[in-house]
Amino acid sequence: MPLITYREALRHALSEEIQRDENVVILGEEVAEYDGAYKVTEGLWKKFGDKRVVDTPISEAAFIGMGIGASMLGLRPVMELMFWSFATVAWDQIVNNAGFVRYMSGGLINCPIVIRGPANGGTNVGATHSHTPENMLANIPGLKVVCPATAYDAKGLMKTAIRDNDPVMFMENTLLYGEKWEVPDEEYLIPLGVADLKREGSDVSLIAHGRAALTCLKAAEILAAEHGIQADVLDLRSIRPLDEEAILRTVRKTHRAVLVEENKPFCGVDAQISSILMEKAFDELDAPVLRVSAIDAPAFYSPKIEVKQLPRPEDIVPKVLSLFS
Amino acid sequence: MPMETPESTPDHASAPVNRSLSPEQKRRFLSDMLRIRRFEQAALKQYSGGKMGGFLHLYIGQESVAIGTVSLMGPNDHVITAYRDHGHALAVGMGMNECMAELFGKATGCSKGKGGSMHYFAPDKNYWGGHGIVAGQTPLGLGLAYGLKYKGLKGAALCFMGDGAVNQGCFYESLNLASLWSLPVIYIIENNHYSMGTSLNRSSAFKSCLAERAEGFAIDWDLCNGEDIYTVRAKTQEAIERAHQNSRPTVLEIETYRYYGHSVADAKHKVYRSEEEIERYKQNHDPIQRWKKQLLGEGVLTEAQYDEIDIAAQQEAEASVQFAESSPLPSEASILEDVYYEVDHGTAAGTTGRHFFNN
Ligand SMILES: Cc1ncc(C[n+]2csc(CCOP(=O)(O)OP(=O)(O)O)c2C)c(N)n1
Ligand SMILES: [Mg+2]
Repeated sequence: MPLITYREALRHALSEEIQRDENVVILGEEVAEYDGAYKVTEGLWKKFGDKRVVDTPISEAAFIGMGIGASMLGLRPVMELMFWSFATVAWDQIVNNAGFVRYMSGGLINCPIVIRGPANGGTNVGATHSHTPENMLANIPGLKVVCPATAYDAKGLMKTAIRDNDPVMFMENTLLYGEKWEVPDEEYLIPLGVADLKREGSDVSLIAHGRAALTCLKAAEILAAEHGIQADVLDLRSIRPLDEEAILRTVRKTHRAVLVEENKPFCGVDAQISSILMEKAFDELDAPVLRVSAIDAPAFYSPKIEVKQLPRPEDIVPKVLSLFS
Repeated sequence: MPMETPESTPDHASAPVNRSLSPEQKRRFLSDMLRIRRFEQAALKQYSGGKMGGFLHLYIGQESVAIGTVSLMGPNDHVITAYRDHGHALAVGMGMNECMAELFGKATGCSKGKGGSMHYFAPDKNYWGGHGIVAGQTPLGLGLAYGLKYKGLKGAALCFMGDGAVNQGCFYESLNLASLWSLPVIYIIENNHYSMGTSLNRSSAFKSCLAERAEGFAIDWDLCNGEDIYTVRAKTQEAIERAHQNSRPTVLEIETYRYYGHSVADAKHKVYRSEEEIERYKQNHDPIQRWKKQLLGEGVLTEAQYDEIDIAAQQEAEASVQFAESSPLPSEASILEDVYYEVDHGTAAGTTGRHFFNN
């Protein structure tokens, strides 16, 4: 299988869907002539031209709202936010319009859009550029949220997201864009709402999404090598819809769970999972559910400090060990 | 291809605000511009050497705008800008040391290493940032003006923004309020012709210029060439007087040019604009060279003095690198400081209920 980057995987998904469906249009700042600030859309404008790949001014509220409006007539805009952080400028459009137009019209209208871009800390760009809003957006019934951790998942989920008839908030990670994974040439789709067990173990469940899932894999290796503890690593992939069955399945097997996310702890995705475990797996648990989240402050600029703000394997390992003492 | 900037007309040198300048003050502007340039060149070198992270947006080429405008500030005038903020920071009197240390992410940085290049602040110098979200500072500039008027102070808020920022909605909401409520804000559009890789004509619809959009809000506006300090000062002074005397806003568009990419990471800046274009600006429109020529012509500067000023700027920049290099990193505990005032001060409000949620 070819090894390709996360960035290329996304690009292939976009390219294939532009070709497949004449209603798919890419909108965003620097996505066309500049080839994308992070090169996800590189070459697409050359290949598909002005109509399908469109540079917008720095007007997030307007171009995202425009995409939502155009979707009412059947277009399928895929809109890039240079950073998900800039969604704050378009919040009303995303939440009130994309999120609620279907409900408020009694189901007369739907909104088949994708908003995509990087949503991560860890790159020393300061608090204004390091948002991880998956929990905030998953809090809005009507919106869907996905956070792929690998190139394979990114491609399969992107193709599904574009074909989905609801608004999908697609969160990528600048730290993963250049990483490579095996991705088949043949077409495949990954349904939203299906988690992926990325490592099998029997002693503890590490549950995560996005880059944190990869951090869990590293922690799992340390746990196995140094402590003889075998961890299941469950990558949620999709936050809403959420694969509740997979979460319960792994915890019923291991009876212990550590939840890891790069988001802040308060009302984070893991708070929801924790609540699910209390409600549906209480009797299965041999230890309290523990969480490892980003340190609860705005993103610190200083490169040497910011790395400590996000979960690292060495933050996860002691948490897991504490469940066995 | 951006439009050529209009030549400044000679009468700006004789504007009252310029006529009153002493030779020392004129040389000071030269020194101030060179300090920005040398500081940023030193920063670029350190960035390339891996001493900092994130983005580094260089102001080089635009120095006359910050120096010309800020040189007119009185005690009740305030400044706020976007992420290309080093020039304005040095212009208001922030030290190279704290600015360089911030880039290095050190505890001695102006924001204790928390903000980085895009987020400099110095309230004691009426300098309110350093803002990373495009146009996010425009309502804040309005707020500074509102605060001045509320307190009955004769001042102005100089709110700097790029040519790309004019397309954000909050800017227009701010213009309406500024005019409706007669607030002393001056929006200074630093039109360097590009927003990242997008040229002005690909991003903005306008009649004669961006500032003209103010017309619809009944706000006075003006357009000028930014490469000459006299011009910048003459035009800015009109806006400041309008703010001080009549509490009225202004939109002032100043044409300028950045020599480097949007940020240091912008690998395509010689693709979306030509090398010749960049060279043309460097050769014919460089604000520092132009000012040097001006002062040599006026007989208030010698080549030897120029060299002395430049060497001093370079040495100061070099010393700031040493300072940053030898400064301590922020402590890990400081991650949770400066989030809440009440917590930092240990007040009752800061100690009631739980504020932070890591276990
Ligand atoms: C709301 C928002 N959208 C996009 C960005 C990314 N971005 C940062 S600077 C910039 C270009 C701004 O250009 P301009 O206003 O002309 O200022 P200049 O960089 O030329 O000083 C863009 C698109 C951002 N920081 N904030
Ligand atoms: Mg610009």
